[in-house]
Amino acid sequence: MKTIILKTASNYLLPVLLLFSVFILLRGHYLPGGGFVGGLVASIAFVLHAFANGLDKTREFLKYHPGINIPIGLTISLISGFAPMLIGQPFMTGLWFEKPFPVVGMIGSALFFDIGVYIVVVGVTLTILFTISETANE
Amino acid sequence: MHIAVLSGFVVAAMVLLAGRLLKGYQSLILSLLPVSLFIYFLSFIPRLADGNTVMYSYPWIPSLGVQLDYHLDGLSLLFCLLITGIGSLIFIYAAAYMKGYNYVNRFFCYLSMFMASMLGLVLSDNVLALFVFWELTSISSFFLIGFNNDNPDSRKSSLLALAITGGGGFLLMAGFILMGSTIGSFSISEMITSRSVLQNSEHYWLMLLLICGGAFTKSAQFPFHFWLPGAMKAPTPVSAYLHSATMVKAGVYLLARLTPVLGQNIYWNNTLMIVGGITMVYAAFHSLFRTDLKTILAYTTISALGILVFLLGIGTQQALIAAAVFILVHALYKAGLFLVTGIIDHETGTRDVTVLSGLRKVMMPVAIAGIVAAISSAGIPFTFGFLGKDLIYEGTLSSGNNFIFLTALAVVTNIMLLYAGFVAGIKPFTGNIPSQFHDVHLPSLWMWLPPLLLGILSMIFGFFPALIDNSLVQPVVRALHGGPVDIPLKIWHGFNLVLLLSAITLVGGFLLYKYIKPSSERIHAVDRFREYSPAFIIPGIATGVHAFARHYTRIMQNGYLRIYVLVIVLFLVVLLSYKLFTGVNIYIDESKLHEITIYEAVVTGIMLFAIFKTVFTSSRLIAVAAMGVVGYCICLLFVFYSAPDLAMTQFTIDTLTVVLFVLVLFRLPPFLHLTNAPVKIRDGLVALSFGTLLSIIALEVINETATKDITEFYAKNSYVFAKGKNVVNVILVDFRGMDTLVEITVLTIAAIGVYSMLKLKIGLKEKE
Repeated sequence: MKTIILKTASNYLLPVLLLFSVFILLRGHYLPGGGFVGGLVASIAFVLHAFANGLDKTREFLKYHPGINIPIGLTISLISGFAPMLIGQPFMTGLWFEKPFPVVGMIGSALFFDIGVYIVVVGVTLTILFTISETANE
Repeated sequence: MHIAVLSGFVVAAMVLLAGRLLKGYQSLILSLLPVSLFIYFLSFIPRLADGNTVMYSYPWIPSLGVQLDYHLDGLSLLFCLLITGIGSLIFIYAAAYMKGYNYVNRFFCYLSMFMASMLGLVLSDNVLALFVFWELTSISSFFLIGFNNDNPDSRKSSLLALAITGGGGFLLMAGFILMGSTIGSFSISEMITSRSVLQNSEHYWLMLLLICGGAFTKSAQFPFHFWLPGAMKAPTPVSAYLHSATMVKAGVYLLARLTPVLGQNIYWNNTLMIVGGITMVYAAFHSLFRTDLKTILAYTTISALGILVFLLGIGTQQALIAAAVFILVHALYKAGLFLVTGIIDHETGTRDVTVLSGLRKVMMPVAIAGIVAAISSAGIPFTFGFLGKDLIYEGTLSSGNNFIFLTALAVVTNIMLLYAGFVAGIKPFTGNIPSQFHDVHLPSLWMWLPPLLLGILSMIFGFFPALIDNSLVQPVVRALHGGPVDIPLKIWHGFNLVLLLSAITLVGGFLLYKYIKPSSERIHAVDRFREYSPAFIIPGIATGVHAFARHYTRIMQNGYLRIYVLVIVLFLVVLLSYKLFTGVNIYIDESKLHEITIYEAVVTGIMLFAIFKTVFTSSRLIAVAAMGVVGYCICLLFVFYSAPDLAMTQFTIDTLTVVLFVLVLFRLPPFLHLTNAPVKIRDGLVALSFGTLLSIIALEVINETATKDITEFYAKNSYVFAKGKNVVNVILVDFRGMDTLVEITVLTIAAIGVYSMLKLKIGLKEKE
């Protein structure tokens, strides 16, 4: 499926889609969206890139094995869950800053939890997809 | 107290880490642990003799009612002293005995772990804690019995022991939970105070059954006795420890401990009397046919355990005194006999009693130890065993209606036990010494001293029973029976029936010993009945279950995904349709069905077309793409019914699924003829019925009046508590964040699974 149109389009689409996925992630707390969907959208962006340019190119572009995302995301989620315990609150209590931040909006521990989910989802989907497509190509 | 119980586990861990540092006699150092514990527990004697008990409490899991409460009364003290006292001797003995073995450190690790678990078991006042220790003894004894793990027999018998005692453990757990939930507390002391509630409970018989199941399997009562002779594959110090003082006595301990709770009840008494009675006679009879020293001892152990259960079953004060004394008597002489057997085995390399004789000429101290243990087991006057035997007869005579029958049983058992004790303790040392044993020499002091000490102790207690009367036996009986004890231990009771019975026993036993010589011929006589013995039947049942499981697995889990799905769906169809057509009135409320809009009609049309395409296309790719179309249509439906979150997720997931399928299918060879007609018809029918069923359920669900409490709660509180307006997301990351956390972990596991399955393939060569 190496068509020039798709190839060219995917180069532009990748950053746009990634940005879109982050947007979905951040708006999740107030409007439809969230870490899970955001992560899936980001994975789709990479899959699209892989379709247009070949898996090897995407791998080069990523530089790291996508599986590395999994432990990172899990750690972030866990830390955000444990963070309230530092100030004597039970596990996974939501903590929030008083004032909203520009662009991002309200920031709280739930957001970091969601970011962790996002990263894990990207890691998991890409690992599964890449592994399967690689072995299917063998 | 906490330290005393747990120190064994700490030492076990340390010994394991110390590894090969322990060599030869250095392991003698370890016996400091049981010795110091023994002294520690000795220090409680004066306090308990005055009628007090000691209680220590540590919270463990308070929300589940699990407390580490240690309750030291007469019964637990007796057991603690046995565990640590005989434990000390075993540790010393084992240091010499195990010198030549590999992995001595592991051995001592298991042994300390075992000792600590036993201590915990007898001290726990909380039944749940008791259960934990109970299972720990099963597990550590599993390691001990299977210590020679390169021997298949050893492995087999340790597995058998674990299967039987572990299986009993489950029953016990159920029994404890039942008892605990009946009175609302898991503490044994509270169970004693709420005794009448338990006794009048309608589940009394169930508790009895479950508790007895646990205790009987552990204490090798008929018909669960057969694991114990097999457990003799363990190194001899282990057998001595497990089967004289500890492991198997745990069941007896439990029955004794619960006597004030469930006892003094006709069902309890009869169960224990019948099972104990059968066990004692059956096992004693079996010991007549054996020639292996350890097997003989194993059967006499089972028999002795039977006697103890039998006495607890009789349940009168005399019987309880007899049980208390006999626990001590048996532990002393049986440990002695085992240790002597171990020395004989170690030095001559054989345990066949038909070969052994005349060994007194080369190992006099061992001979003395063996003979003393044997005469104590025989119950010859002025030994501790005599006292025990007298008390047993007093116990059976006090039993009420059936006393003649019960006493006769006890006499017969004791005659046979006397024979077995003599064969094990005296026969190897008398007569002429065969030439092959001429250069056998006395083992080290550390090996023959422990059995000799035990023998001396038997003699001392036999001569001066007052030594243990007030200090040990009476507190035990108080713990079992409640009231004060009015029967002091004496050597001489005058000329009475009991003395006559003792005399009959002695004469009978001597005659038996004189006229029946152990021979390997006779074992065949019992072997003919092997097929009717529990040792054959119960493992036979186990083999049957195993075979069933194998066939079942072959049919149900044959490795084809399509069969799995088929089975699951069929099962659901049967189950749901049964429920639907028996319990639910199907009716469809047409007013609840809204008018169909034009988009819905269009989407449904597309879906129908796509499904048609999926089913009837001959190309895999098209089928997958059509499935994708169905997914997108559902996505649209979500949008129509205002569930944007669901729609988004469905959309992305569907995209990725199609991509995944395409990636895989693209590479598969294009089989066009995938299935044949009958299979297609079958699958079609299953699919149709499942689909119909789901549709009916969906229509039924609409009719149900939904409770909106949960929805309202989230809608109201999602901004208040979690500062989020998107309820779905707030639930995901806040209210039910824990679920999400676990879910992403599951995803991780899935990814690792896929990766390792496909990437880390075993090469063809390795597979072979």
